[in-house]
Formats: sequence, C-alpha cells, structure tokens
Amino acid sequence: MEKRAHISGWTLPLLLILPQMAITVIFFYWPASQAIWQSFLREDAFGLASEFVGFENYVSLFEQPEYYRAMVTTAIFSSLVAFFSLACALLLATQADKNIRGGQAFKTFLIWPYAVAPAIAGVLWLFMFHPTLGTLSKPIKAIGIDWNPMLNANHAMTLLVLSATWKQISYNFLFFLAGLQAIPKSVIEAAAIDGAGPLRRFWTVIFPLLSPTTFFLLVVNIVYVFFDTFGIIDAVTGGGPAGQTTTLVYKVYADGRLGGDLGGSAAQSVILMIIVIALTAIQFRYVERKVQY
Amino acid sequence: MAGVTLDTVRKIYAGNVEAVKGVSLGIEDGSFCVLVGPSGCGKSTLLRMIAGLETISGGEVKIGDRVVNQVEPADRDIAMVFQNYALYPHMSVYDNMAYGLRNRGTPKDEIDKRVKEAARILAIESFLARKPRQLSGGQRQRVAMGRAIVRKPQVFLFDEPLSNLDAKLRVQMRVEIKRLQRALGVTSIYVTHDQVEAMTLSDKLVVMSGGQIEQVGTPSEVYRRPETRFVATFIGSPPMNILPGTVEGPGRVSVGGQSIAVTDMRDGLTPGSAIEVGLRPEDVQAGGTGASSLSMDVDFVEELGATQLFHGKVAGAEFIVQASTGQLPADTRQLTLAVDPGNVHLFDPQTTKRLGRV
Repeated sequence: MEKRAHISGWTLPLLLILPQMAITVIFFYWPASQAIWQSFLREDAFGLASEFVGFENYVSLFEQPEYYRAMVTTAIFSSLVAFFSLACALLLATQADKNIRGGQAFKTFLIWPYAVAPAIAGVLWLFMFHPTLGTLSKPIKAIGIDWNPMLNANHAMTLLVLSATWKQISYNFLFFLAGLQAIPKSVIEAAAIDGAGPLRRFWTVIFPLLSPTTFFLLVVNIVYVFFDTFGIIDAVTGGGPAGQTTTLVYKVYADGRLGGDLGGSAAQSVILMIIVIALTAIQFRYVERKVQY
Repeated sequence: MAGVTLDTVRKIYAGNVEAVKGVSLGIEDGSFCVLVGPSGCGKSTLLRMIAGLETISGGEVKIGDRVVNQVEPADRDIAMVFQNYALYPHMSVYDNMAYGLRNRGTPKDEIDKRVKEAARILAIESFLARKPRQLSGGQRQRVAMGRAIVRKPQVFLFDEPLSNLDAKLRVQMRVEIKRLQRALGVTSIYVTHDQVEAMTLSDKLVVMSGGQIEQVGTPSEVYRRPETRFVATFIGSPPMNILPGTVEGPGRVSVGGQSIAVTDMRDGLTPGSAIEVGLRPEDVQAGGTGASSLSMDVDFVEELGATQLFHGKVAGAEFIVQASTGQLPADTRQLTLAVDPGNVHLFDPQTTKRLGRV
C-alpha cells in the first residue's frame, strides 16, 4: 500500500528544492522585501543618502491627484481590455470549436500573437496607427477623424486597448477552447432537442458551464493588464500624452526610474503587491467554489 | 402520438464510410421498438438520424405522416434519453425538466403542473431542488426520463440509457421503463447492445449488423426462428451452437456421422451438400434418449446455481449444453444429447441465411 518513496536524511530533499527556493527568494522575496523597506525610506536620486520616514511616502502618495488619476486610468484600461479580450476570444473559440475546414490552422494562427513580446506588439501597433506614417491612420483620417494618439488621450488609450487586447486574445482563446471542448456534446444535443436555438443554447447552457473558465480568465486578465502591459505602454505612449495613459504600474517606473523618487515608487509597488495578493486570494476562493456547478 | 417510418435510410460519413446501408422499417404508433446489435452496427447512428442529430445521407424518415429529413431536432416532437444522461449540470432537477417547456413558451403554471406530475410518476419529488451532481446514477437516469416525459412528445428515443448503471439497478430501471412506456403509450425506439434488455423491452425487435437489418420480429419470433446465423448466435445466452453437417435427404441431416431429424428444412436441398446445424444450449436434452441423438465429449462444467453448463465438443466443434443442476453428475465426461427435430435450425454456410421451410 505504501506508495511514497522514502529518502533517508535531509541532503537530497534539500538539494532538490534548492533551485526552486533560490529562484523564488532571489527574484521574489528579496526584491519584495527591498521594496517594503525602501517604501519607508527617503533616498536622494543618486542613492547616496537615505533616511527613515515611516509612512510619509504613502501619505504623500495619496495626496497626489496623479495617483488617483493613474488608478482611474488603470481601472478603465483593465476593464476595457479584459472585456474585449474575453469577448473576442469567446467568439473565436465558439467558432473554432465547430467542425470547420482548416480548423487546425485557424487555431494555430490564433495562438501566435501570444508569442510576440509586449514591447514589439506595442511598436507594431504604434507604426500601424502612427499619425503620419501609419498605414491604418490614413483611412481613419479619411473618414474625418483627426487621429493623433500622440496628442489625444482618448486616441492613445484606444491604441493601448487595441494592442493589449490583441495580445491577450490568444491566451483567452486557448482556455475558452479547452473549456468548450470539455462540455459533453450530448448536453448540447439534449438542449437542441429541448427546443433551444443556437443563441439560446449558448446563453443558457454553454455560457453558464464556461463560467469557471471565464472567472479564472477575468482574474488572470486583470493581473495581465495591471502588470504585463508595461512594455506596451512604454513603447506606444510612454504614459502620455501628459501622463494621461499612465497606469499604476507605469507610474511605479515613471516615478522611480525617471523621476528618481525611489521611496514613493517603492510605496506604489507595495500597494500593487497587495492588490495582486488580494486578486489571487479571490481567485483561489471563488474558482474552487465555482468549478463544480 | 405517431408511428415512425424509415424508407431506405442511409448514412454515409466523410471518406465514403457507409454506417447505415439503406434501412427500411415501420414502427407502429405506441409500440416499443428495440434496435439491438454489436457496437458499430449503425444502431445509434440510425437513432440519431431519427432524432435529427445526424444528417440523413439518403432515404426518408417519417414521424407520423410528416417527412422530417430537413426538420430541426427541436421541431420533430421527440424526446431523447442519452447514455450519459446529458443533464444540464448547472440547473436543478426542476429546471432540467422545465427547460424544454420554457423554450417552447409553455405557461408557468402548466410547466409546474407537468414537472410535478412527472416527478411523482418517477418518484423524484424530493430531489427537485437538487443539482444533478448530488444525485446517484439511478436518480439521474430518472431525471433524464422525467425531462423526456414532461414534454409529452410523439416519440421517445433511448440511446443505451441503462449501460452506465450497475447490474441490479439496470434490471430495476428496465422494468420501470417498460411500465412507463405501457402507461404513457408513447412510441419508443430504444437502442442497446444488451440482448436481455432487447428481449424483455421490445414489442418489435430489430437486430442489426454491419449497417443493415438482419431480422425484424417479436422477441419470441426472433428467438424461435432466427433468419440468419448472426441473429441465431446474437440472441440467446449462452449463444446457439453451430455444428458443421451435411444434407442426408428431406428432413434429415448428419452431424459427424450421426443422423438427426429436422422439422423445419427447406425442400430440394442436394443430399451430400454442406449445411450448418444450429442447436440452442437449452433446447437439447443432456443424457436423454430419442430418435435423434448426438454424442458429446465434455471438457468442463460451469455451475450457475439453478442450471449447469457443460462445455465440450460435438463432431469436433465447440458445444455448450444447459442442464438442470443435479440432473447429471458434475464429473460427466461423455454425454448423449437428445435432439427434438422441432428445435433444429439450419443455415446456408455461404449466405448464412436460414434454410427453413419457405
């Protein structure tokens, strides 16, 4: 009955977990604790002198209107990207789930954008929609819109949403496709016999059965927009025009790296860290409950 | 209510694979028709074509007087019970049963009345608020049947509904399905590979093999007078013994040099030509004497409680005989089998068709 392997002594087990532990400690716990420590310090821009200031960095952060504006920007940006990338991916997945000619190629192509690095994706979209060089900005201007993401904040945000959504669709598509394939075919057939047309079948049977997948993806997408879109923002707008597309994570970089305010930037990272921990906790709690309908 | 008529129905899959090869069948209004055959014989495909879940490659399917080839499953006025129940996992038992009615815009109080009525018939009233995952296999099966009966369809379709249940529950549900069908009088088509289910449930038994109908008849007709060797060996347990023989003359064949009389034998068979002789294990009398008899070498005995099965060889071919327990000692090595001429089935070795009186 005993199926576990017995290893005597501590040397081998420790050696086996050492690489994993080392990576986690060096790349996560160490920087995280550094950030927490730094968030209580005020440091000059060259890192030559620092003094302990307690919660002063946090207090001044919440006194900045720019911080609240970054929060709102992040909220708008993440809800738009999450909504559009989930909706597009779901639409594509339902189509790919049908028996179509060349379905395999269709699926493969849909996965490609995920392999593109964020900054490259950003540059790609920037070029396409560049106010003077972009191939796609000409038709937009032709229909009478004064397209200029360099100056117009709404245009800049649109461009960011487009490129961030485009990149995230692949990931969502994969999960939705797997989710759809896990729904027993006979359940759909039973619904068809029960008189539900394709649309009604989708909303009353398929969509509810996909809800665990959708919820999981929603959380993953929000985390993605919060953190992984840094490269896209940096390449496309650099947080501009006039800081109007600066999200929380971009502000960490802008204030710390460009502004030289290491303490304030560290305080912002700590707040972001808390947000991620909260999101992960919600995900674990609800996904586990909702997986079994 | 309505009968179902199939006229040379074909199913050809991509790659020119013909799963159903021109099946014609009439199922009377209110009768219970069972399609039985080994896996891959096309019985499920045929059922799914009647349901509208598979397109019909050729021929015509009629429900009542209406040709339904191009009609959507929802509009065929049928209900189907699936092997894996296919319940909606996110809906309560009540909602599972009400779903089809709601889709058709049935008034709320009518839905409520019908669901409660079906739940009462199936004894699942206390589970109405539960989700399918909180039910046992047998209870899920009842819900699946409830979902079918609330709709009051013209035809019930059953696709191996009992094969996911354990043996005891299967027998119990079999009886219930039969009783329910009798009470409701709805035309039913039932697909199974289990010949006991097929025999016990059907008014009309359809034996299929290789995409074609082998025989249609009442269960006792099919058992008593199998039209092909396939039907003879498929229906009945243990299966019918098939022995190589030769024609001696009218009403007589010989098996390994032993002559036996046959009642049901076609006229004009050439003496000396090869023929296959079929004998059911329960139709020959072990240790008996009579005008026709065969000798058997026994290899071993299986005890089944009420009966014993003697396994051995007759004229070099495998043979099984069923006898009442205690009738013969278990260490019997040699048996004489008395053969009633009325219980001998003859088949053509080439066409495998029955060589009985025309």
